[in-house]
Amino acid sequence: MLQFLARRLLVALLVCITVLTFAFALTRLSGDLAISIAGPNSTAADIEIIRKAYGLDRPVIQQFFDWVGRAMVGDFGQSYFFRERVAKLIGDRLPITLTLGLVGLGIALTVALPLGVISALREGRPIDRVISLVALLGQAMPSFWLGLVLMITFGLHLGWLPISGTGTWQHFVMPGTVLAFSAIPALMRLTRSGMIDAMSADYIRTARAKGLSRASIILKHAARNAAMPVVSIAAVQLGFMLGGSIVIETVFALHGVGFLAWESISKNDFPTVQAVVLLLAIIYTLLTLGADMLNAVLDPRLRAS
Amino acid sequence: MRGWRSAGLWVGAFIVGFTLLVAIFAPMLSAHDPFAQELSRRLIPPIWMEGGKPEHWLGTDQLGRDYLARLVYGARISMLIGIMTVVTSGLIGISLGVAGGFFGGRIDDVILFIITARLSIPLILVALAVVSLVGSSLTVVVATLGLLLWERFAVVARVATMQVRNLDYVAAAWSAGCSQPYIVMREILPNILSPLAVVATLEMALAILLEAALSFLGLGVPPPLPSWGLMIAEGKDYMFFSAWVIMVPGLSLFALVFGINLLGDGLRDLLKTGRVA
Repeated sequence: MLQFLARRLLVALLVCITVLTFAFALTRLSGDLAISIAGPNSTAADIEIIRKAYGLDRPVIQQFFDWVGRAMVGDFGQSYFFRERVAKLIGDRLPITLTLGLVGLGIALTVALPLGVISALREGRPIDRVISLVALLGQAMPSFWLGLVLMITFGLHLGWLPISGTGTWQHFVMPGTVLAFSAIPALMRLTRSGMIDAMSADYIRTARAKGLSRASIILKHAARNAAMPVVSIAAVQLGFMLGGSIVIETVFALHGVGFLAWESISKNDFPTVQAVVLLLAIIYTLLTLGADMLNAVLDPRLRAS
Repeated sequence: MRGWRSAGLWVGAFIVGFTLLVAIFAPMLSAHDPFAQELSRRLIPPIWMEGGKPEHWLGTDQLGRDYLARLVYGARISMLIGIMTVVTSGLIGISLGVAGGFFGGRIDDVILFIITARLSIPLILVALAVVSLVGSSLTVVVATLGLLLWERFAVVARVATMQVRNLDYVAAAWSAGCSQPYIVMREILPNILSPLAVVATLEMALAILLEAALSFLGLGVPPPLPSWGLMIAEGKDYMFFSAWVIMVPGLSLFALVFGINLLGDGLRDLLKTGRVA
């Protein structure tokens, strides 16, 4: 167990270091950062001033270690565009993105788990086919377009839900639904295949032989075993959802981290872009790490291998 | 079950084939120039709606450009992005995956780590940042997506190679004195192609959706090119009064991606590779 833990932690740490380097290298892609910041209508003197002001005249290696050193303690510097510290900017907006992600995951699980179970119990029957067709349709849905269609339908024509902003819980219903759409097919398929495997296992036959009720067999025995891969994929999907929130937050004008990222990319505000890339990568790594740990606790077989 | 599944395969193949034909023969399908603006004929609705004009079947956009012409030229962009991205990411992913699965040991550890690190990087955010820094063009979008979307190819190629590596016919090739490159190219690759074909459809669908999302956010294919995502972005300001401006490109995008997914699903069943992909 301890060895598994140590190995997994080491990988997570290495991933963080890799992403740190990647996030730094990313902003140096254009060649000269000072020219990108200054914009197309700047003179050579402007560029020189910017280069000095942001410390871009120093050797790249020095800039890198300086950035990494500060990032380690949560200091991502000053935003070029917003007159604030990057850490504060992100801190202010993170709650909205996390709320959105959790609402999305909640909706996705509420829809995907029952559908997956029904699909598994009726394997090969018409209802199973209909459900897998719906999953395929959901997978093909462009999220930003679905957001706009929902806005027209529920916001404009029916007037049930607010179109943009973050004031009340109703504001999160449409964006949460759109975000959930992207996760439902994967969650549903995994629940289905997990349940199909579980239902044909020996312990289910034993439970049946003992004369347990069908509901008890499905809920207490099969579902519990099918849940483990679903926990892992739910963590992965939450990570993807936080990354995907950039599109949905822009569509619904939710001022979360995704919207901030889009704004800073279009304003050439690189310290903020770097920080958001790093933050999302670390959240994803922690989520998958947590899911692996949880699975190891739940399933002793994993620890052994 | 079988009959229904292969129906899906045929419907998918039909949608993809149809879009491909539309993309290839785009200039013959429309009498209008997709870039020609005519400001006196802005936002004419499609022919079946009130106010529709017979010379513009799908109406015109906010700059008076023929919507059908833009739609069929947009199919070119989507198909081009889909195919080119799959080729690029397939080359990267399959090389990495086969190397990891074939050599095992340390090499495999490193490749697994590269896959893990890639998965942790937020896809859309990084793609947006790259396009913004390097400048938006069709080539940049293809290169960016190709360099980011290879991980599923790598995962599947790796597992499939591990399964094939120890089979009898590979052992036979070894003992016949075949070289390592020969075994990889002639014995292993041909035998892992079917799961990879399924991955290719998944990645093509994903690449098309991502290109549309990037263009929608203003950092994908640059205007005035008629990308479907860009058409939705440009129509967004008018959608509350003329919903069709976002419905026409949106439904096309949805149908194409659904068709590709159906094709992939049908292939998976046909090739019986369900567990791997």
